[in-house]
Amino acid sequence: MIETIRFRLNGKPTTLRIEGDRKLLWVLRTDLGLTGTKFGCGENLCGACTVIVDREPVRSCQLPVNEVRGKEVITIEGLEKDGKLHPLQEKFAEHGALQCGFCTPGMIMNAYGLLLKNPKPTRDQIISAMDDNLCRCGCHKRIIRAIEGASAQM
Amino acid sequence: MKQRQYKVMDQHRPGNTLSLGRRDFIKLVGGGIVVLFHAGDTAFLEAQGRGGYPTDFNAYLRIGEDGRVTVYTGKVELGQDVVTSLAQMAADELDVSLESIDMVMGDTDLCPYDMGTFGSMSIRFFGPALRSAAAEARATLVQLAAARLSTPADRLSVEDGVVFAASDKSRRVTYGQLAKGRKITRTLEGKAATKPVSRFAVMGKPAKRRDARLKVTGRAQYAGDIRLPGMLYARILRPPAHGATAKQIDTSGAEKIPGVTVVREEDLVAVLHTDPEAAEKALETIKTEFDLPKAAVDEETVFDYLVKAAPPAQETERKGDLAQGEKTAADVFEARYVNGYGAHATIETHTAAAKVEGGRVTVWTSTQTPFPNRQEVAQALGFAPENVHIITPFVGGGFGGKSSSGRQAVEAARLAKAVGKPVQVCWSRAEEFFYDTFRPAAVVTIKSGIDSAARICLWDYRVYFAGSRSAEQFYDVANNLIRVYGQWRGETTKAHPFGVGPWRAPGANINVFARESQIDIMAAKAKADPLEFRLNNTSDKRMRSVLQAVADRFGWKKAPAPSGRGYGIACAIDAGTYVAQIAEASVDKSSGSAKIKRIVCAQEMGIVINPEGAQMQIEGCITMGLGYTLAEDVRFKGGQILTKNFDDYDVPRFSWLPEIETILVKNDELTPQGGGEPAIVPVGAAVANAIFDATGARLFRMPMTPERVRQSIRSI
Repeated sequence: MIETIRFRLNGKPTTLRIEGDRKLLWVLRTDLGLTGTKFGCGENLCGACTVIVDREPVRSCQLPVNEVRGKEVITIEGLEKDGKLHPLQEKFAEHGALQCGFCTPGMIMNAYGLLLKNPKPTRDQIISAMDDNLCRCGCHKRIIRAIEGASAQM
Repeated sequence: MKQRQYKVMDQHRPGNTLSLGRRDFIKLVGGGIVVLFHAGDTAFLEAQGRGGYPTDFNAYLRIGEDGRVTVYTGKVELGQDVVTSLAQMAADELDVSLESIDMVMGDTDLCPYDMGTFGSMSIRFFGPALRSAAAEARATLVQLAAARLSTPADRLSVEDGVVFAASDKSRRVTYGQLAKGRKITRTLEGKAATKPVSRFAVMGKPAKRRDARLKVTGRAQYAGDIRLPGMLYARILRPPAHGATAKQIDTSGAEKIPGVTVVREEDLVAVLHTDPEAAEKALETIKTEFDLPKAAVDEETVFDYLVKAAPPAQETERKGDLAQGEKTAADVFEARYVNGYGAHATIETHTAAAKVEGGRVTVWTSTQTPFPNRQEVAQALGFAPENVHIITPFVGGGFGGKSSSGRQAVEAARLAKAVGKPVQVCWSRAEEFFYDTFRPAAVVTIKSGIDSAARICLWDYRVYFAGSRSAEQFYDVANNLIRVYGQWRGETTKAHPFGVGPWRAPGANINVFARESQIDIMAAKAKADPLEFRLNNTSDKRMRSVLQAVADRFGWKKAPAPSGRGYGIACAIDAGTYVAQIAEASVDKSSGSAKIKRIVCAQEMGIVINPEGAQMQIEGCITMGLGYTLAEDVRFKGGQILTKNFDDYDVPRFSWLPEIETILVKNDELTPQGGGEPAIVPVGAAVANAIFDATGARLFRMPMTPERVRQSIRSI
């Protein structure tokens, strides 16, 4: 069913006339042209599609777009402010916490969600929060350091 | 000395000796100085059977009018960071800053032929050619500057792209000024003088990834991020098993859905829509009946099946006499080692976007092999190869999985041609597991022996379906025979019920798991310390140096295994690089779960171009290695792939992560060796030996799942 869905996307009011059961991931990637959020598994298993909905990290591949009605959605494209990188982005780059880069937006958004709730996480809390985000290149050690670095700076 | 071509060409009258391809290329890139250079090691390329292409040079270097330098390479960026290390090489030899280098990679119209990005070969084989070309370009520019400044070339210096008189810095001219208004092509043959390590200014220094900013902002484009006007998203009908044949396919339901386009060609049935989810729904309406072949093998029976199906042996090494070795032996050991099928499981699935326009097709695709893909697409569409343009955006991981075929590129191109609109094909995770060219299941049997002084005197080694990579003998064994029954590629792979192919360091992981486990078995029997046993049995200096380095850093204290400490050591040679690792494991004996607490790795890889990049690759190798070692196993029944997503294929996670320490053992006497694969190779054996040291249980099968470890502990 075509519905009108209003929500805030990366700080801007957004209105869509759209089938409400379509998944947020594909609406972002096709209708809205925001391709930073990635498809990896389609079943909430890899975390490549992670975005923030009302301050919570959410897997967008399984989330019907009508569930973000009236909510605040942040994607990787929304982190950089006036050309200035978010500390997480800065630290991921500084620590070389990425290789192929395909899981990176989901990693950063998941970590962003963690730091919103818990600005000074312990290493164990970081590992536990990040454990369902998969990285095949094996950057885990550097990702942990990048999150710790960003936390210290924020 | 080989003859060299050196032409200064008039802008309006291109030299008639240039081939069409080169002329087109120069038209494309505009003015400036262009250096064409030959493949790094043509003999090697020919040995790979991929020679014979019309252009025999392997890359271009262009000095633009703005002073920027563009490197055109058929290599692609999959995460291994050659986008940085190749740029370092060019910058250093040219005496320009790293920031002034632009990389154009994996574009078949702009970049000259390259067989592909695999085998840890970018730095090792492409690197020397690139450095020579850059050195040659620098020499050319200095000659031009000499004429401009009326100063002999040997009295000029270069810094940051500015040529100046050594005696008077104000007499200067920039590369950009020299390149301006002149179009110079130079075909490089043979070697130009490149810098010795002592003069490295950019190489050998850790450099930050040059693609990091794009990747942390989500701006880095992958094949699935290409958006073309009017593009349709395709979902393709797949058989339920490899070898299945369709009896009936009914697409009438899909044809009735508004906005859905159905394509039916003999071996390609697809539904397309402007919304990928609508295409997916349309796919679900297709009714099918398939004939399934009888399932011949599964995960448990495959090893015996493979040994029976094996082709005749190829001997790769023979020394001494096995019978003599057995006579000399005080103890003889026989064991069989196996591993199942492994998936590449890149987070980016195979993806391509294609458009056909004016008799030409352009395909953006996630591949390690853009040039072979061009041939495949050309053949599938009946186009001449020059009418196929493959563009490789950033690739979301490869590990060999995106080098075997260009299936998704062919699918996208065929569909784009069929519907007359741009088409994107993005495989689902289940399709990715179905069409993955797995690391083949493989078997190694070893009969070995030691004499009364604990010297290895017998080595009878047979490997089935994995080839001999990293099986080469570096222990001092008088009686040694290595036999290979089938490779991980080529004709013999048809024995498998589905596609197999290269997987990071193909074949080497099982070979080293088997050899280094066997070495530990012998050391344990001799009640010798595993490190000392190795040192006593090899005189290979490079191997001894990495073994010593890793032991020193780890704080290895001598003890025969099983010591209860959970320490395991293993070493290997791969892609010209020497690597030794020590793993520390703790094993929960009731569950069989092995936790790897620490891995120390020493690697000697000749001259190191980017120590930061090399370390990243080592860490990645070790982490990925834990997957094949402990958990990754594709489930299947005949041609049916039962593993469909990450809930059934456990790749390494944050919670698995050991402390990882890396040591780069210096060897500036040797040209750069491979870096993308070697450190993954010893992980299996280091962990197996650590589990043995912790528990006394010896594992002969990878992955060493908790269930298998538990069973092994019980059977002691």
